[in-house]
Amino acid sequence: MAKVLVVTSGKGGVGKTTSTAALGAALAQAGKKVVVVDFDVGLRNLDLIMGAERRVVYDLINVTQGDAKLAQALIRDKRLENLHLLPASQTRDKDALTSEGVARVMGELRERFEWILCDSPAGIERGAQLAMYHADTAVVVTNPEISSVRDSDRIIGLLDSKTERAERGERVDKHLLLTRYDPVRAARGDMLKTEDILEILSIPLLGIIPESPDVLKASNLGAPVPLADPTSAPARAYTDAVRRLLGESVEMSVPSDRKGLFGKLFGRRVA
Amino acid sequence: MSLFSFFARRATAPVARERLQILLAHERGSGSQSQLVAVLQEEILAVIAKHMQIDRDKVVVKLDRGTEVSTLEIDIEMPAQAASLAPMRTAARA
Repeated sequence: MAKVLVVTSGKGGVGKTTSTAALGAALAQAGKKVVVVDFDVGLRNLDLIMGAERRVVYDLINVTQGDAKLAQALIRDKRLENLHLLPASQTRDKDALTSEGVARVMGELRERFEWILCDSPAGIERGAQLAMYHADTAVVVTNPEISSVRDSDRIIGLLDSKTERAERGERVDKHLLLTRYDPVRAARGDMLKTEDILEILSIPLLGIIPESPDVLKASNLGAPVPLADPTSAPARAYTDAVRRLLGESVEMSVPSDRKGLFGKLFGRRVA
Repeated sequence: MSLFSFFARRATAPVARERLQILLAHERGSGSQSQLVAVLQEEILAVIAKHMQIDRDKVVVKLDRGTEVSTLEIDIEMPAQAASLAPMRTAARA
């Protein structure tokens, strides 16, 4: 059965789009039929991160309004044949997205794909609520920084009240994805530790993505992190996160590139 | 000097953690609190509506959370002709 997963955070700039592309690519590498959907109408970026910006013809709004068929708007990834992108509109107003239209498209996507990953816009307004409404599973992307943790707490509250599942009295499966984590700074006491954030937000941990120059390199190239350099620390972290998402039990660690003593000491120490 | 300040300086993460815990305890509380008030208001309105017509604005529910004592204030203003009783105001404190 198809699974709808929303990648959300409340706060902007914490790595939602990077994580959507990376999780989508790693799921496709695991053999799943995947579509990543950009809900950030007016400020689309998933196409850029996926390296498909010059292949966008139709978008989500064209499909919800019946101006294009779903098959016309879907962009198949050139590296992974079971990975697809449904881009957002760059020119239209965000109000052009209707809940009825989104419901119809999500229904169609559920018939075609095993995993539907929705990249939420920042904020807690209508756009973010439309992106999460149909979700079965949520990945809450959080940086080890107070404003990000606070906003994640708000988003968790919305996932428990403003989703289709919540309205039916069911629960959305929520997971925490900690991004831009630096185990050395956390060990030094200058960054919130994994266990602090887990205690505050009290949702299960899906993975810890280390702060790494490889993330910017991947976005420069227009390649999802696991495809840009599969051996890099963040690529391994995303791949581990996807294995956990698929039900495998993978020991929690922060993959590291550090060769120094500090890295050896703290690189694998987590909650 | 720089070596000294390296060892002397205080870790900042515990401060962040404490600030967050205090803030979120407050924010989560106020969320459920306003929900409770809304639910109370609806249920009180429903009970009164069984017996008489009443203006929604005439039922005011207020919840004040203090450190020592919390008060729940329910203020219902009844229309003069609605009941056989004389017009009255009821204020309950809990």
